[in-house]
Amino acid sequence: MGAVKAAMGFTLAVGTFLQHLINGLTLGAIYGLIAIGYTMVYGIIRMINFAHGEIYMIGAFIAVTTFTLLLGAGVTSVPLALVIVLAISCTFTAAYGWTIERVAYRPLRTAPKLAPFISAIGMSILLQNFVMLTQGARSKSLPPVMTGGVTLWHDGDFSLGLTNIQMFIILLTVALMAGFTLVINRTALGRAQRACEQDRTMAALLGINVDRTISLTFVLGAGLAAVAGVMVTLYYGVIDFYIGFLAGMKAFTAAVLGGIGSLPGAMLGGLLIGLIEAFFSGYVSSAYKDVAAFSILILVLVVRPSGLLGRPDIEKV
Amino acid sequence: MAAPASTSIPVAHRLRDAGIAGLVAMALAVPFLGLRTVNLDQGLVVQANLAYVPLAGAVVFLGRLVLGLLAAPLAKAVAPLAAWRPPAAAQRLRAWGGPLLVLAAVALPFLPFANRYVIDLGTTALIYILLATGLNITVGLAGLLDLGFAAFYAIGAYTCALTTTQLHWGFWPALVAGGLASSLFAVLLSLPILRLRGDYLAIVTLGFGEITRIVILNWQGLTGGPNGVSGIARPTLFGLTFDRRAPAGGHTFSEVTGIAYAPEHRLIFLYLVILALTALAAYTVARLRRLPIGRAWEALREDEIACRSLGINPTMVKVSAYASGALMGGLAGCFFAARQGFVSPESFGFMESATILAIVVLGGMGSQAGVIIAALFIVVLPELARGFADYRMLAFGLAMILIMIWKPGGLLSGRLPTIRLSNAKPKSVAEAA
Amino acid sequence: MTEPLLDVQGLTMRFGGLLAVDGVDLTAERNRITALIGPNGAGKTTIFNCLTGFYKPTAGRLLLRHPARGPIELQKLKGYGVARTGVVRTFQNIRLFPSMTVLENLLVAQHQALMPRSVFSFAGLLNLKGWRAAEEAAVETARDWLRRLDLLAVADEEAGNLSYGMQRRVEIARAMSTNPLLLCLDEPAAGLNPRETRALAELLVGIRAEHGIGILLIEHDMGLVMDISDHIVVVDHGARIAAGTPAEIRNDERVIKAYLGEPDADDVATAGGGAH
Repeated sequence: MGAVKAAMGFTLAVGTFLQHLINGLTLGAIYGLIAIGYTMVYGIIRMINFAHGEIYMIGAFIAVTTFTLLLGAGVTSVPLALVIVLAISCTFTAAYGWTIERVAYRPLRTAPKLAPFISAIGMSILLQNFVMLTQGARSKSLPPVMTGGVTLWHDGDFSLGLTNIQMFIILLTVALMAGFTLVINRTALGRAQRACEQDRTMAALLGINVDRTISLTFVLGAGLAAVAGVMVTLYYGVIDFYIGFLAGMKAFTAAVLGGIGSLPGAMLGGLLIGLIEAFFSGYVSSAYKDVAAFSILILVLVVRPSGLLGRPDIEKV
Repeated sequence: MAAPASTSIPVAHRLRDAGIAGLVAMALAVPFLGLRTVNLDQGLVVQANLAYVPLAGAVVFLGRLVLGLLAAPLAKAVAPLAAWRPPAAAQRLRAWGGPLLVLAAVALPFLPFANRYVIDLGTTALIYILLATGLNITVGLAGLLDLGFAAFYAIGAYTCALTTTQLHWGFWPALVAGGLASSLFAVLLSLPILRLRGDYLAIVTLGFGEITRIVILNWQGLTGGPNGVSGIARPTLFGLTFDRRAPAGGHTFSEVTGIAYAPEHRLIFLYLVILALTALAAYTVARLRRLPIGRAWEALREDEIACRSLGINPTMVKVSAYASGALMGGLAGCFFAARQGFVSPESFGFMESATILAIVVLGGMGSQAGVIIAALFIVVLPELARGFADYRMLAFGLAMILIMIWKPGGLLSGRLPTIRLSNAKPKSVAEAA
Repeated sequence: MTEPLLDVQGLTMRFGGLLAVDGVDLTAERNRITALIGPNGAGKTTIFNCLTGFYKPTAGRLLLRHPARGPIELQKLKGYGVARTGVVRTFQNIRLFPSMTVLENLLVAQHQALMPRSVFSFAGLLNLKGWRAAEEAAVETARDWLRRLDLLAVADEEAGNLSYGMQRRVEIARAMSTNPLLLCLDEPAAGLNPRETRALAELLVGIRAEHGIGILLIEHDMGLVMDISDHIVVVDHGARIAAGTPAEIRNDERVIKAYLGEPDADDVATAGGGAH
């Protein structure tokens, strides 16, 4: 009797563990997509785009608006709605990304190091309050757009499930990552980006349009952040103007953990941060889950600033 | 830079440029100004205010066009302003500026127009001046960007709250404890992180700020969590309280002085206390700037490698900058707690850190006068234009961007030398050797 | 013969797979100017960076015979600790505190001496007499060096606003204000015109004569090196290939080969041109 109970306890424990794993992977995919924006911008202009979290928030807001409009218009096909929402959110959010670089960062490209960073903080505050003023401070919730899922395992009260949304998030992330790796490794844009990372002046001398490459980097980063925004809207169904701050911090942590400047690093870091958050809130304390994320950020920066997959830089005297 | 080119740019080109900007603005305006999600009982609906879209486009189009045309004359007009350096004579004048300002501030509560409201506003402004004076050491002098300064403010406030409510200390010992606790915290936190480069360091301080807030929010047993701490001891004057009735075994200000009790007395007293604290802090910073430690702070901001080559230990310099800044943040926090009689975690979020940083950045990094002007501006302006209060943070953000583009050092960034050879009298040149 | 002030033995510095400095021996003596020369990329600045505490050498011993503190192994000190022993350097790409005045630059250099006199800043905050005297003395030291380097007129100017040649002089004045034991100059004549170079040579010779300190010099201007050095060490590809008096070095075949065998052989030609 006791043995059966212990066995049941054990399977329950494994089940709970797997559920945290699935939740963590989903969360990690979202963080990873945002982290790519940080890491690409840092790679190319050595600047922390502090406003990138707000870009993601803007993507989520546009998603909510579009979903609501589509529901109002009587669109019932979920795949159609998803395609439209993704397209619209990515387009408009990318326009925001482009404009931010143009307005707040480009004039400061040769300024002292902290100036563009402070400008980015200003941009973050500006965007947050812009959205709060135009859309209201109250949180926005959507009716569930995507429902259902598969039950992987069922035992008494406990069931281990993978929802359709989670599947959608994980699969879309994998597809985007694959496509993105191709873009960076195989296309002229990717080559131009890598050239600018190495030496901007030299790249310009060789006929690469540096301004356009940097602009495109912001556009791409914003597009991925918009996808993350759509995902989070689907996943939680509730957003507010403040979500960009925490998500941005965690995604930045992911980028640093993976090694800032490294694309696979950003994705790896995102997954790790998602998993750590899921397990920490599952097993330790959900009130302190953000403390865990921030502590990791501090620890990584202090102990290994080059991250897991990054290269250390040598101080030039 | 743009000045000579702008005369040669044809109008057609300008129109096209402004047109593109206008179109982009319209596109950006659609999802936020044009469409507004509204929470109704039956759920979310979208309201269309599409008239805003062409409006935004037109504003940006005209703004871009006018700015483009005015850029050259404007740049010419403000060039002397931007290049303005305080003349040498200003240094002598400056010696009088501080005391005069303090005198004027002391007189304020006794002026005819001073009512509760004005005194309260002055107290708030002074708290921000004290906070920004502290942060200015770290950011303006030592060049270490700190995005979590509200943590030191919070630690000062909670130290004061807990020592007076749990240990029944008076305000004055609690004030000292608050400053020291904050400073000690800064030393402990900063030691491991000071090897980090500028922007990484800033992010880590942001992390510390958030951790502090989350811990305060969740450590219910000690801090009361989201409910905060109330019943914090009020400041006393040599043991005299400003209550209507004396506490058991104590005396009130009106009993001893014979001045009839008035509730304003407490406000005026609080105002004078924070004024004294702030004036002392400002004086201390002005003195420190001329001491080896202050010069080392500035040298560190200028070039850390050169500092090391002269035998200066960068870690000690950074720790001292953090600790001194945090000390003032802690004092301000302690005063804040005693003034409100109540503290809760929501006063110490990232937006508070950002506000204090905005004061330092806008005023001019390293400049005490800049801090005073920016703090007054930020506290008083929303009161003058009530409708402005909602737009305050929006305006901060915008101002931070614009000032970084126009004057990366801040508005009053002209640095006054701490010493002049021409003022130092030469020793009689009767040397040996 | 007295033992040299600085004794470097087997200095090796490796960056990952790159061997930048390979077992270099070097000495520097008081009242002498020692020059460190070699083609571009030979590892001279890396040697300086090891010597002045900016890099931790992979191997080797850097022994400083300090008159008061006895023998000190520099490689065991923290970066800023080396300067505190009196080994003070300048930089190839000048590193001043650009928005501070020239005088302030020189006062920052006296931080080590002034800090204890300000008694953790308390004496300074209270403006006590002992502190005031210490500060006046520091200003006098600064004034002396400003006078010697002809910088008195610009003492209250922001260092970053000065001409290149003046900035080089400010950097030397700043290093000398620390009252050093060994002055390490990284290409002090780079970017100077012939007149300024001559003045620099006179200055260095004067310092050697009056201050009893050692001078270690990296320089490409062969005219300057040959004129004022007492001892020359030549490095190439991270290794020491020759050492001796200027006359010996001039005729050393390995040195000639190192310079002429390199693609940037014009180095020695242009540098030699400076002598005339």
